[in-house]
Amino acid sequence: MISQLSWKIGGQQGEGVESTDRIFSTALNRLGYYLYGYRHFSSRIKGGHTNNKIRISTYPIRAISDDLDILVAFDQESIDLNAKELRSGGVIVADAKFKPVVPEGIDARLFAVPITAMAEELGTSLMKNMVASGASWALLGLPLEVFNKAVEEEFGRKGAAIVEKNIEAVKRGAEFVLEQAGGPLNEFKLEDADGQQKLFMIGNEAIGLGCVAAGCRLMSAYPITPASEIMEYLIKKLPALGGTVVQTEDEIAAVTMAIGANYAGVRTMTASAGPGLSLMMEAIGLAGMTETPLVIVDTQRGGPSTGLPTKQEQSDLNAMVYGTHGEIPKIVIAPASIEDCFYDMIEAFNLAEQYQVPVIVMTDLQLSLGKQSCEPFDYNSIQINRGKLVQEGPELEQHQLFKRYELTEDGVSPRILPGAKNGIHHVTGVEHDEVGRPSESAINRLKMMDKRLHKLDGLFIREGLRVDAPNETPDLLIIGMGSTGGTIDQAREWLANDGITTNHITIRQIHPFPTEQLIPHLQQAKKVVVIENNATAQLAGQIKMNAGFAEKIRNLLKYDGNPFLPSEVYKACKELD
Amino acid sequence: MATFKEFRNNVKPNWCPGCGDFSIQAAIQRAAANVDLEPEDLAVISGIGCSGRISGYINAYGLHGIHGRALPIAQGVKLANRELTVIASGGDGDGFAIGMGHTVHAIRRNLNITYIVMDNQIYGLTKGQTSPRSAEGFKTKSTPEGSIESTLSPLEIAMSAGATFVAQSFSSDLKQLTALIEAGIKHEGFSLINVFSPCVTFNKINTYDWFKENIVNLEQFPDYDPANRIAAMNKIMETNGMLTGLIYQNTQRKSYEDMISGFGTEALAKQDLTLSQEHFNKLVAEFK
Repeated sequence: MISQLSWKIGGQQGEGVESTDRIFSTALNRLGYYLYGYRHFSSRIKGGHTNNKIRISTYPIRAISDDLDILVAFDQESIDLNAKELRSGGVIVADAKFKPVVPEGIDARLFAVPITAMAEELGTSLMKNMVASGASWALLGLPLEVFNKAVEEEFGRKGAAIVEKNIEAVKRGAEFVLEQAGGPLNEFKLEDADGQQKLFMIGNEAIGLGCVAAGCRLMSAYPITPASEIMEYLIKKLPALGGTVVQTEDEIAAVTMAIGANYAGVRTMTASAGPGLSLMMEAIGLAGMTETPLVIVDTQRGGPSTGLPTKQEQSDLNAMVYGTHGEIPKIVIAPASIEDCFYDMIEAFNLAEQYQVPVIVMTDLQLSLGKQSCEPFDYNSIQINRGKLVQEGPELEQHQLFKRYELTEDGVSPRILPGAKNGIHHVTGVEHDEVGRPSESAINRLKMMDKRLHKLDGLFIREGLRVDAPNETPDLLIIGMGSTGGTIDQAREWLANDGITTNHITIRQIHPFPTEQLIPHLQQAKKVVVIENNATAQLAGQIKMNAGFAEKIRNLLKYDGNPFLPSEVYKACKELD
Repeated sequence: MATFKEFRNNVKPNWCPGCGDFSIQAAIQRAAANVDLEPEDLAVISGIGCSGRISGYINAYGLHGIHGRALPIAQGVKLANRELTVIASGGDGDGFAIGMGHTVHAIRRNLNITYIVMDNQIYGLTKGQTSPRSAEGFKTKSTPEGSIESTLSPLEIAMSAGATFVAQSFSSDLKQLTALIEAGIKHEGFSLINVFSPCVTFNKINTYDWFKENIVNLEQFPDYDPANRIAAMNKIMETNGMLTGLIYQNTQRKSYEDMISGFGTEALAKQDLTLSQEHFNKLVAEFK
């Protein structure tokens, strides 16, 4: 009995790889297994190799695995590209139609199943993914009725006849392969899971759900990979709450529409990736200058320019921290798990209103699109905080305006919404006085700049640093952000086996940088390695600039478009100078 | 009920004496009073340029944003609070150069807002460069030998983008302009009002006298029917865009707000932000 294994399906884009993965993982989730998915795809719709990998486990996992146990292949290319991941004794389930061969030097067991032929016998080659997934499910010896239930849910709306045919396809694939193999494969027999169904979702869905829970009722956005799932989720959910999603003509309209709506009192967000973030920069400055709450999600992908639009990277950090001309207060937070994606959206909307600043939520492609198990969300724990929002202003004399930019001790001024009585004031991106009227006075300029720029002094959000520090003076402190946490933890287990003690810090508050909180950890560590998916060590740069310790800090960088593998992190940590 | 004086504040405009923008400001204030608005019911969202300062000169809620983006900001305001009357305003550079993409799409989207363009055929605040509305051959600091680009026709563009309300006026004709702004505010959908607003400092060609000589008032055509789209397009072309009055109005098409599935009639900004536990559970159940 084993406690975890990895399964991958590969084929041409548009061939049913996605739906097979979906049904397979839904069924596993029903049994209570923890899952972690990874999608490899290209920036095209039909054609081009694509594959989905799922790691299946009886205990929580947050990283893809280095190796692979079962590969389901719709074509020889999928075998050629992925067989090297198979561990010795792994299994390939392939369509007999293309006369599959195991590449030289690979020790794998091949099951050639007449996948296309069986599907065509049932009426359409479309069902070949059902034959293939039925076969691989059967090899695991998992209960077929659970799989059939997932099939029923996937195809239910297409009618009973379609469901029946698909279930028959699953059965035929299963029977064929079991006969060839002489029954389920013992070496792949998974221990029973806890039977507790987990939530199973991608980061973008958790972000969408988080927005709904945060009271966000409008989104304005322009489609882009890998952010579009957020708008696609919200357009399904917001109408029932009286809200909507507007697909704008570009990202400049998306962000400025969100600024207008936030100014008028609705929690509104936009989401994009690097190219869209670049277009939003001027407007982010407007939000900062006019102290208008604003929430932006940046799902990072490979840059610069169009870069690697469907690949992993964490290279927008500097753009988020420094972007927009001039100087404004701004918050950048980086969720590091599916749970974070949900709760951080509530945090982001609260921070935006409490401090009246733009808040950027930074994810990366693997966190946004990787489907994984997560713990249930506690709606009761959610508090909505609208900061210094007032319903009505004080009695005003003729020509007297509401002090929307009143100089206060904490720099945050009362905020009132258009429509409110005794609240009229002006809002402008031009430097302005306490009621918002343009002013070029040097004295006023200094007061207003200081007011805005000191609003965030001392800010430290919930788990701004996620600290796992079991060692008082670790050999190595590993620092990361975003989706890399699970991979780092996996590598740490192996390092511990080698007698190397490690602590792990995930930086979740990227800006303003939590310098004070990080320094003690840097002091204690003998050596520090900062792990990030970019070429210029942007996170390490923030640490060195704010906290120092440059002599201790080493970089582990990856910018080939792929997430870190645990073995890469392990190896690099072992070999640190 | 508020009078037009209540839409005045004590901020002195920084426009040049004689600028056409003064009359547009007065017309907005009169129209707002004539349609029975209170100052707090009105939001004026403006762009950047001389004309963009207008939101600061009217006693109402106002937002002076960034260059070319008055329309998306104004649409955001309206979506958040449809009970507000929202006027977007800016110059011809703001709306027809840097912001042209937003203008076309705001027209298509048809939210119930009024867009007043203060069209002076020149860039004034940057001290005299060509605008998309400048005539071919027009000499400016950036076109010392005369503009070699064709003049943009905002009326034709608006018509082809599916506008439901297209009007044009001249800042000297306060009566007509006020009536058109009132009609624009009352129109259920996006209303575009382009207003010739002479720049007395940098545009020595398109002067008050020049406009008086060249414009054609639609009142001259008693049979003109603004509901006839083809006739409207013909009239714009026949007059080379130099006409004033209500050019086209489609009262059949519903506004964007009225077409959004599930969108309430009350201001979204006034709605409760919390969900019932039951609603939340239903959302979460989809991920099991």
